[in-house]
Amino acid sequence: MTTGIVKQSGTTRRGAIKTLAAGAAVGSLPLWARYTQAQTSEPIRIGFQVHRTGIGAAYGRWYDRTTTAAVQRINDAGGINGRMVEVIAEDDGTDPKRGAEVVEKFASQHNCDIGFGTLFSHVVIGSAPRAGELKLPYFVVSEGHHVASGMLNRYTLQPGITDVKSQVQAMAPFIAGNLGKKVTMIYPDYGFGYDHRDNLKPAIEAQGGEVVGMIAIPPSETSFTKYFPKIPRETEVVYHVMVGPAVLTFVKELGEFFGPSRPEIFGFIDSLEAVDMASPGLEFLEGTYFWEGMPRYAQPDQTGHDKLYRAAVGVDDNGASVSDPKDVSTYAHMFGCWETLYVIKAGMETAGYQGPADRAKLIEAVEAMRHMPLSDEHPQGAKLFNGKTHQVFGPQYISKVTDGKLLVVHTTSIEDTMYPDEVDYTSQAF
Amino acid sequence: MEIGPYLMLASLEGAVTAAVLALTAVGLSLVFGVMRVVNVAHGEFFMLGAVLAWWVTSLIGGHPALGFAVALLSVPVLVGLLAAAADMTVLKRVSHDPERTIVATIGILYILQQVTLMTYGPDARPVVPPFNARLALPWVEFVGGRPQLYWPWGLSTTSYKLAVIGAATLVLIGVWLGMTRTRAGLLMRATQMDRDMALAFGIPVERVYALVFGLGAGLAAMAAVLIVPIQQAHYLMGGDPLLLSFIVVIIGGLGSLPGTVVAAILIGLSDGIISVFFSPTLAKILATLLVALVLVFRPQGLFGERRT
Repeated sequence: MTTGIVKQSGTTRRGAIKTLAAGAAVGSLPLWARYTQAQTSEPIRIGFQVHRTGIGAAYGRWYDRTTTAAVQRINDAGGINGRMVEVIAEDDGTDPKRGAEVVEKFASQHNCDIGFGTLFSHVVIGSAPRAGELKLPYFVVSEGHHVASGMLNRYTLQPGITDVKSQVQAMAPFIAGNLGKKVTMIYPDYGFGYDHRDNLKPAIEAQGGEVVGMIAIPPSETSFTKYFPKIPRETEVVYHVMVGPAVLTFVKELGEFFGPSRPEIFGFIDSLEAVDMASPGLEFLEGTYFWEGMPRYAQPDQTGHDKLYRAAVGVDDNGASVSDPKDVSTYAHMFGCWETLYVIKAGMETAGYQGPADRAKLIEAVEAMRHMPLSDEHPQGAKLFNGKTHQVFGPQYISKVTDGKLLVVHTTSIEDTMYPDEVDYTSQAF
Repeated sequence: MEIGPYLMLASLEGAVTAAVLALTAVGLSLVFGVMRVVNVAHGEFFMLGAVLAWWVTSLIGGHPALGFAVALLSVPVLVGLLAAAADMTVLKRVSHDPERTIVATIGILYILQQVTLMTYGPDARPVVPPFNARLALPWVEFVGGRPQLYWPWGLSTTSYKLAVIGAATLVLIGVWLGMTRTRAGLLMRATQMDRDMALAFGIPVERVYALVFGLGAGLAAMAAVLIVPIQQAHYLMGGDPLLLSFIVVIIGGLGSLPGTVVAAILIGLSDGIISVFFSPTLAKILATLLVALVLVFRPQGLFGERRT
């Protein structure tokens, strides 16, 4: 092609070389020209670690939809610091080993600015150390107490969802005061379940109650009746929290076990996330109570913020997908993705974030945050962020199953969920 | 819960496990006995049965019993045909050579699992049982030396769980009659005893192989259709039945149908009882230990015949 041009212009060899040199210079122009513009036109890349497969798949599907909706809304409003946000999603198979590899891919292969979105606690605990080593800000949406307990590192933050310790602490007065003092807990046998195990006992005892039975069930279990005879006869309240693909079986078999003479039942909605409350076999749940991170059913006093968020993600008033009423969301958890993305946006804007060199500035900007008022950006409720422990605190909802729907009967205050700091991440070096 | 009712509940739970396990393991044992191949994809045929049962029942609608009946009749046949096709297109090509068959069935395992993941998705989906009444069970206690019936807290089962035990028993009797009383069974037994002699007598061994492979997979699928209203259909559900079937088949004696059934009842019941009294992990540990002991002291299995 070049020789053709040279021939047509009919220049000498010297002229041809000059033309070639000029051509080479022009050819290389986009490279360095792109470099000077990189800070303004390149998108901000958010590596989204998502549980597409494995035991967390139902959560992953909805975390994905919520994230897509939030990013769409952020980009429609002009992006972050004038730059568009691009989400790079990678499946971690709800597997800690794969999780660490995914974090590594974000940092070294996809050139992501940050990592985001992990839910299952064993995946967070498996991935966070790698994020710390790679100095990749890692925003988790996990509920686990592992962030605020000091187990992780300065690069790991949880600014969009409250942790199990504060949830359990806020539920205990309601359980001991209204349902009964003798509690038997059933929990999944891994990290997240241990947060319940370790925090419920002291919280119930502080209310003058007693945990009379503790039953751990592996999250991959498929049949549950064999565990239930371990529930002591004196139990007044069964406290259940379960995850995994078989949660519906778990709750159904719980009902079959008790039959007409059930004790009071208080569950974390995790036991029924992504499950239709109208599924056959769940009728016995009528009159039982659930913790909800955010009410699945649109309540009579629904805020405009919830309305906007619900519509943006594509969830109807019953907490199911607008396109398929059988596709029930993980409404009590997925708001965390939405709120975390808005915290990231606010943090990047405060820090004047330009690129990976500003990662430490981003973390310092988030650590400096305190009050997050109820708003379209924080539709679940007003929150208080603790920069030292990297953990956010917010309201919790207790709902009663009434006519097959979850009706909020009690909302805890932020103060009910607070506990003394267990770590000061700001004292760690970057 | 007191010890008596506790034991009864454990036995009932164990009996459901045993029934389903017996069907699955008999399928595996049949394939090994006749074809001398180890089918590592057996658990995936089980999974496929559950997933197809969900698909059939959600297609049909109407009363849950209708969809379930259609699934119970059609799904094992569908899975059996698929397995027979896999035998004719894959296993026949590697001449049913034991080592190469293991590798080939591992390949089939991954293909089935990943295709299910790509089409059906990663979610667990429920199938509504055709009927499901809770049955509270009584227990006897002695008050002042006289027996008295009472209903202990939590001691119950469901009509569907009892039906699973009954249905599995019927199917197993059917398999046994089929193997001992029919011409097809005769051909299978002849092939099992001596492949070359069977071939010399004009038995179409390749066709018998395809039939047996399809029958084995169909039994696994039947077990899955029966269990799916209790559990749920999920693309990863094939792992446990595969492992337990191998344990059962090794303990019972490879290729021995009565041995397989006895071992399934042993493993199923002990799994139920040990899980209830101690922990499910301990139940798995003991089952694996039993396999090790059987392999050391009686390598042909409890009911197997020593081969020369």
